[in-house]
Amino acid sequence: MMTDDLPKARSVPFAALAPLGRILRFLMRQPTSVFGLAVIALLVLAAIAAPLLATHAPYAQDLSNTLAPPSAQNWFGTDELGRDIWSRLVWGSRITLSIIALVTIVVGPIGLAVGTVAGYYGGRIDTVMMRITDIFLSFPSLILSLAFVAALGPNLRNAIIAIALTSWPPVARLARAETMTFRNEDYVSAARLQGASDLRIICKSIVPMCLPSVMIRLTLNMATVILTAAGLGFLGLGAQPPLPEWGAMIATGRRYMIDSWWLVTFPGVAILCVSLAFNLIGDGLRDALDPKQMNRR
Amino acid sequence: MSVILDVQNLSVAYRGALSPAVNRVSFQLGQERLGIVGESGSGKSTVGRALLRLLDSADITADRMQFQDVDLLAASERQMLGIRGKRMSMILQDPKFSLNPIRKVGDQVAEAWLAHNRASHKEARARTLEMLTSVSIRDPERVYDMYPHQVSGGMGQRIMIAMMLLTDPQLVIADEPTSALDVTVRMQVLSILDRLVRDRGIGLIVISHDLNLVRNFCDRVLIMYAGRVVESLAACDLDRAQHPYTQGLLAAQPRIGGPRRPLPVLQRRPEWAEEPS
Amino acid sequence: MSPTSRMTGFARQLGTIAITLLGLLVLTFAIGRLMPADPVRAIVGEEATQDTYMQVYTQLGFDRPLPVQFLMYLRDVLTGDFGTSIRTGQPVINDIMAVMPATLELATLAILIGAGLGIPLGVLAAVKKDRWPDHVIRIFSLMGHSMPIFWTGMIALLIFYAALGWVGGGGRISDYYIGLVPPVTNFIVIDAMLAREWDVVRSALNHLILPASLLGYSSSAYITRMTRSFMLDQINQEYITTARVKGLSRRQTIWRHAFLNIRVQLVTIVALAYGALLEGAVLIETVFSWPGFGQYLTSNLMTGDMNAVMTCVLLVGVIFIALNLLSDVLYRVFDPRTR
Repeated sequence: MMTDDLPKARSVPFAALAPLGRILRFLMRQPTSVFGLAVIALLVLAAIAAPLLATHAPYAQDLSNTLAPPSAQNWFGTDELGRDIWSRLVWGSRITLSIIALVTIVVGPIGLAVGTVAGYYGGRIDTVMMRITDIFLSFPSLILSLAFVAALGPNLRNAIIAIALTSWPPVARLARAETMTFRNEDYVSAARLQGASDLRIICKSIVPMCLPSVMIRLTLNMATVILTAAGLGFLGLGAQPPLPEWGAMIATGRRYMIDSWWLVTFPGVAILCVSLAFNLIGDGLRDALDPKQMNRR
Repeated sequence: MSVILDVQNLSVAYRGALSPAVNRVSFQLGQERLGIVGESGSGKSTVGRALLRLLDSADITADRMQFQDVDLLAASERQMLGIRGKRMSMILQDPKFSLNPIRKVGDQVAEAWLAHNRASHKEARARTLEMLTSVSIRDPERVYDMYPHQVSGGMGQRIMIAMMLLTDPQLVIADEPTSALDVTVRMQVLSILDRLVRDRGIGLIVISHDLNLVRNFCDRVLIMYAGRVVESLAACDLDRAQHPYTQGLLAAQPRIGGPRRPLPVLQRRPEWAEEPS
Repeated sequence: MSPTSRMTGFARQLGTIAITLLGLLVLTFAIGRLMPADPVRAIVGEEATQDTYMQVYTQLGFDRPLPVQFLMYLRDVLTGDFGTSIRTGQPVINDIMAVMPATLELATLAILIGAGLGIPLGVLAAVKKDRWPDHVIRIFSLMGHSMPIFWTGMIALLIFYAALGWVGGGGRISDYYIGLVPPVTNFIVIDAMLAREWDVVRSALNHLILPASLLGYSSSAYITRMTRSFMLDQINQEYITTARVKGLSRRQTIWRHAFLNIRVQLVTIVALAYGALLEGAVLIETVFSWPGFGQYLTSNLMTGDMNAVMTCVLLVGVIFIALNLLSDVLYRVFDPRTR
């Protein structure tokens, strides 16, 4: 019996990931999602090839050439210290991507852990954990992040921590709902009968089943993460100058905005494009799946 | 017998579907009760909805679709608004879904009157109460102010009948009027419908999958299979049906006091959907 | 639902709210204690002696264990004492009362714009599902959802204020009107109307329209999407067919049946969107130098004014819980099925 069940058990994670391929194919059929995927691909490319794409060093000041309008030499103009805005934008894509990646890496496991444990055990544990989740949910994410950053001290690392702290609750909710549907399935009972520990059941049988929907929820969340990070940067509570973070670039450019429109325009367009891209993908994903479930926060 | 409805070679194709849902169906209707019988998916409900031109996502073609003086194929949407609910109406299957859940049932019935008559709300209310009485609702004043979730299925369907007969239509289509009801109230609802239809000289089309109901209740029966009418005969002649599909349907019915052998399995042959009826 | 079961349901909900509020207080307390600013030093000043420092330190209870400090905080909050702002020297609650009308004025106009735009667009998108109006509306509302509002605010200022001069710049009214109208409600538009100073009304509206439109646009994205999805749920219901069979036109079935059936849901999501506006307000107030709650919060974050930050965060949480509760109550009151 053991030998019979082993290959089956091992195939659970792979079976759970199979829908992702179907979803990707569905996305490729819609022009808006294709646009979103293309923008994200460009962003990743820009981050990888930043040293090649950038025409100048991102921190190189040129005080003889400050606030220069866009030209053949400085495609997007220069800022108040004569730094090339195009190059800073290109290097800034690395910051944007790492914020998204780090937040996702932190939020996914926290949300999964809280959600699966609450859903698997139910009862008291569930009530307590969901109450805590609700408390975090009762804030708009930017305001809670602001407060956390203020408490931890304003810098990029703390901004990432703060955003992560505010964005795990919807993931936990989703993972809990999924777990509740899976916990009485036959293969979970079978694992329990074989004497598997709760930890083992959660890690090997339940988490893989929750993964696809959690990953989609995380994708939907990325646009919000970008906007929150940019907002924190703009308020001076995220990445600090001279880091070429897009929100912070807008904040410093604000003082010279009336005469030098390019200082704020290009970083803003970059933020808009990336967040729109994630929203377009998210919208396509929502169509591909049950719309009601994904609408919930 | 004057002809109310004349349909020749009606076909309905939902956009994006491979084969038509209704394929060259023809029949005539006078002041009588016509039953349309078939399995689910045979296109019988689509016929009813096509007559009322309710199918926005389908293409309707026919050689002829004449309702009294109106050519239903050529009628504008504006003309149809004057026909739907006024001269031709339809009783839907399940009052749980076909009544608006958050409006008083009485107001919903009265709306049918107000849609076609310049009348005060008071007058519409009076008409509604009268109509509710004639579908054997004992305390119409009280029922008028109830919400759909507060009435039983049988009463809901009687309210539906009241709503659809309020304007004295000449043709009523009843789409599975009793399938959602308990067996015990089916006969009651049917007899109310029967009485009203006879008294008012209304032409009635009953769409159903229930062969016995149609046999007892209708004058004439059309048997549909895969979008086609495979056989048309008087209800009393049903036992002498020629078509193998109809014979199969009849044979698949259990009978009290009948032999205790297993019932035969219904045959379905693709060529029945192709041969001209 | 029987009256008794409804009462226990109500009691359970009150219990849930009480626990959530308690959790909220724990959270704000934790944020306050984590803040790097030294509240004692801020009170006694840089030159104070070690003795004075320690005196204030014990007076404020910082020498007690954290749980005791939390209970003290709880007691203060329950008695309506939110502490004094170090920056302004005023009780925090007074400060907030003074800045709130500016934000409410902005948020109220914004939600009117957001709902006025989002609801009709959502209905239209649902009716024209998968045809071009639906796609256009989808892109339009996703744009609103995706824009960094602080940046859009700046660009809008550049275009409509600096280049075209159609609207006023930062602040609530133009400088030379400041102090002209006696503050009665602190809602400048209303105060100016009461004083019959029509120039001031115009100036105030001129300053209000741009930030309110931007906030409204961003919240219309959410309202549009939800309206569309609610409408789609209704349009496919059988009772819509019934309405058409009765002889109602498509337009009548949409507005008299489907739309009326989602009005309760709409009120609840507009209420939630109103709460979410606070988030946008923090950013937009900074851009437009709008002296409201958002600016008060951010400037206190910068200076590390602990009491003020804790109270602001608490207030936002309470507003959110209240709006959630309100939407629950509305559901129960207006849907006959739950009565």
